[in-house]
Amino acid sequence: MAATEPIVEMTDISIEFPGVKALQNVQLRLYPGEVHTLMGENGAGKSTLIKALTGVYKIDSGSILVSGGPRQFSGTADAQSAGISTVYQEVNLCDNLTVGENVMLGNEIRGAFGINWKKTHEAAHEALVGLGLGDLDPRQPLSSISLALQQLVAISRAMVAKSKVLILDEPTSSLDANEVEGLFTVMRRLRDQGVAILFVSHFLDQVYAISDRLTVLRNGEFVGEHLTRDLGRSQLISLMIGKDFDTLASLGSNRRRDARESGEQPFYSATDLGRKGSIEPVDIAVYPGEVVGLAGLLGSGRTELGRLMYGADRPDTGEVTIGGKSAEVHSPVAGLATRIAFSTENRRDEGIVGDLTVRENLILAVQARRGWARPLSKREQKELCDKYLVELNVRPSDPERPIKNLSGGNQQKVLLGRWLATKPELLILDEPTRGIDIGAKAEIQEAIATLAEDGMSVVFISSELEEVVRLSERIVVLKDHRKIGEIINGPDITADTIVDLIASDGAEAQGVEAFEPEPAAFAAEGSTN
Amino acid sequence: MTSVIERPSAPQSPHTPSLASRLKPNLETLPTLAAIVIFVGMIIYGEIAYGRILQFSTLSNLFINNAYLIILAVGLTFVILTGGVDLSVGAIIAISSLVGVMLANAGWNPFVVIVLMILIGSAFGAASGILIQYFNVQPFIATLAMMFLARGLASMLSTTPERLADDSPIRTLSTEVKVIDGPKINDLVTTPNVIIAAVVVIVAFYILHKTRFGRTVYAIGGSEQSATLMGLPVVRTKLAIYIISGTLAGLAAVVYTSKLGIAQNITGVGWELDAIAAVIIGGTLLTGGAGFVLGSVIGALVLGLMNVLITRDGSIPPEATTIITGAILLVFVLLQRLVVSRKRKT
Repeated sequence: MAATEPIVEMTDISIEFPGVKALQNVQLRLYPGEVHTLMGENGAGKSTLIKALTGVYKIDSGSILVSGGPRQFSGTADAQSAGISTVYQEVNLCDNLTVGENVMLGNEIRGAFGINWKKTHEAAHEALVGLGLGDLDPRQPLSSISLALQQLVAISRAMVAKSKVLILDEPTSSLDANEVEGLFTVMRRLRDQGVAILFVSHFLDQVYAISDRLTVLRNGEFVGEHLTRDLGRSQLISLMIGKDFDTLASLGSNRRRDARESGEQPFYSATDLGRKGSIEPVDIAVYPGEVVGLAGLLGSGRTELGRLMYGADRPDTGEVTIGGKSAEVHSPVAGLATRIAFSTENRRDEGIVGDLTVRENLILAVQARRGWARPLSKREQKELCDKYLVELNVRPSDPERPIKNLSGGNQQKVLLGRWLATKPELLILDEPTRGIDIGAKAEIQEAIATLAEDGMSVVFISSELEEVVRLSERIVVLKDHRKIGEIINGPDITADTIVDLIASDGAEAQGVEAFEPEPAAFAAEGSTN
Repeated sequence: MTSVIERPSAPQSPHTPSLASRLKPNLETLPTLAAIVIFVGMIIYGEIAYGRILQFSTLSNLFINNAYLIILAVGLTFVILTGGVDLSVGAIIAISSLVGVMLANAGWNPFVVIVLMILIGSAFGAASGILIQYFNVQPFIATLAMMFLARGLASMLSTTPERLADDSPIRTLSTEVKVIDGPKINDLVTTPNVIIAAVVVIVAFYILHKTRFGRTVYAIGGSEQSATLMGLPVVRTKLAIYIISGTLAGLAAVVYTSKLGIAQNITGVGWELDAIAAVIIGGTLLTGGAGFVLGSVIGALVLGLMNVLITRDGSIPPEATTIITGAILLVFVLLQRLVVSRKRKT
């Protein structure tokens, strides 16, 4: 790894958008055979820097040297032909084509009579073997393989193009731990082949597991370049957010531990709530001012349960009581009417309306509740925007900016504001902190804790168990589309408690007090262990 | 609970997909296969109900009469595969054939006339493509504008039918050539027009499946954003497909004019929709990304055969043709919805 000359050297890069200094005098050096992590909060300028390198954005000043010579690319295609490939967070492949076609698209092997498909598929297979994906059939449709594999297919495209620089923009945000390990194996392999890898991730563990060197950005400014081994975690975090680590550590310690008074009415309670093919009947109750966490692995049914509670999907079975009265929540409209709000995990497709402004996105749910015949006045809209943009610290706080131009964390804050504006009594948040940086994450967690303190009931769904444990008062654990247990949070409950519970599949894990033991579920598990 | 996770049907050797698995109808080829089944079914039904369908002369005429539609459908296949649409092709036929007939009657060299007719189509296609690609106009609107423009220009040239002189060399394109001399009039005949259409189909098939350009067309239909980010020449390709569609409309004008010998400003009204119907019936997804040019040929033949059957039947009023076309189209679109929703589930 004794790299001498950087293959990419960006010096004093500045980019200004109307009214925003996106990047100011930023440096970046990529060495062959190194994994270089780009760190920073959302809006720190990571994506902008990547786009500056690949020529999607024009730089206003500064210089870009590639292999020692000044270069200014005209776009992704141009950068790619110079050996700089980018793999984006949202997999950008064509799922109407096969795996092999995607790998080779634009680089198909041609013979005298056009594309030679046999050789093309062989080349695709070779590229996949190079990444350790030899048993992936290049002729199978892309849509038939998992997102994680698709990500690797996208990387293999870069290998076919003989890229010397590989940019991975948050490749791990939708992968589970095993899949991340698979990705890292591939990354290490490529690094050892001399590829320079630029890695963007929010997960500190991953950064420390894979990267050799890191560059930290904050608010569009260059903070520093460090060797990963020389920099401690807390140092890194304080570099990123410019705040003391202690403020972060103290976060969430204010979760409520007081037990429910007996006789208190839950705001929401459901018995046998279920839907065929999505989740087996569960009992769930949420008290006012309580945060109930839904924990479980990806595909365990946690999202499905959230959707059923809100009415996004129509339940087949179950009795629902809201505020002491029996209720039927069979549609989002009914959900909203009974003061339930649901914030989706799929921010891009089901959350924001990208082309509308922050203001329009924010008022959407309130307007929907009021109906189209009674539009919100300009003044009411402004009040809502002023209130929530400040309260949730949305940056930039310009309500007339198209929301798609905001970073993920800020989009999430606007979405949170959208639902808060409806004054819900039960707020269901599905992965509100996925794919956003630690600073925004902390702010959102803080907001949730405050809301609960003010008496709102919150259902918190997250794949990050630490986060669930930190925030929730009670944790409902799901596995394979059914509830396997319920944990009352306390000082000795950790993420491992939940992991143990899932691993032992509902059988009593140590230190777990089953809050509402489900005899049926427990009996069923006994024999399988 | 076992900890062994079974690989879902481990793929066999990646290089040798068995012939059976390649022929097995997958979801993508299903609509096209359905079109073929319907086409064959229509032939069998026609043969049983009316007779004299499954014979050389009828099938020859089917191709001769629908050569122009096949060419149009091939052009639209390119456009629809990218998720676009071209509404201008019918009007292009009107302007192109009017200009062609008038110039030919004015004594221009027939080769020059033919080339000019084709180039008129290319020009309109290029205009649509530029509007779409550089002015960010939606394909529907851009080609609608071109449709009005072409139709308007045609009406300015003439509002009465212009007859192509019977001895014009252009008409030789519709000369019938006997390939097999059957009993009585039951001959297998073909015309240069049919051969032109066949060449167009073969070349289009080659381009779509054997060139990078063709693969880019499919990629754009799958996801234009992805195609751009993968570094494919999206701009160039999209421009090219509208030029291809326009050019083929110009060629279809040549084929149609040579056969009928008449050009009029109202020629080709609604043909763009016939061609779109043919493409859809042939199994191409209207949203782009999936479909086959051979399917579009079948689609055109289904429409042509339907007309033959209705004429033979005699009891169905010709006005009902459009209703039946609509019904067939609806069935195919529903079939596609089914395929798409199945795909989502997997």
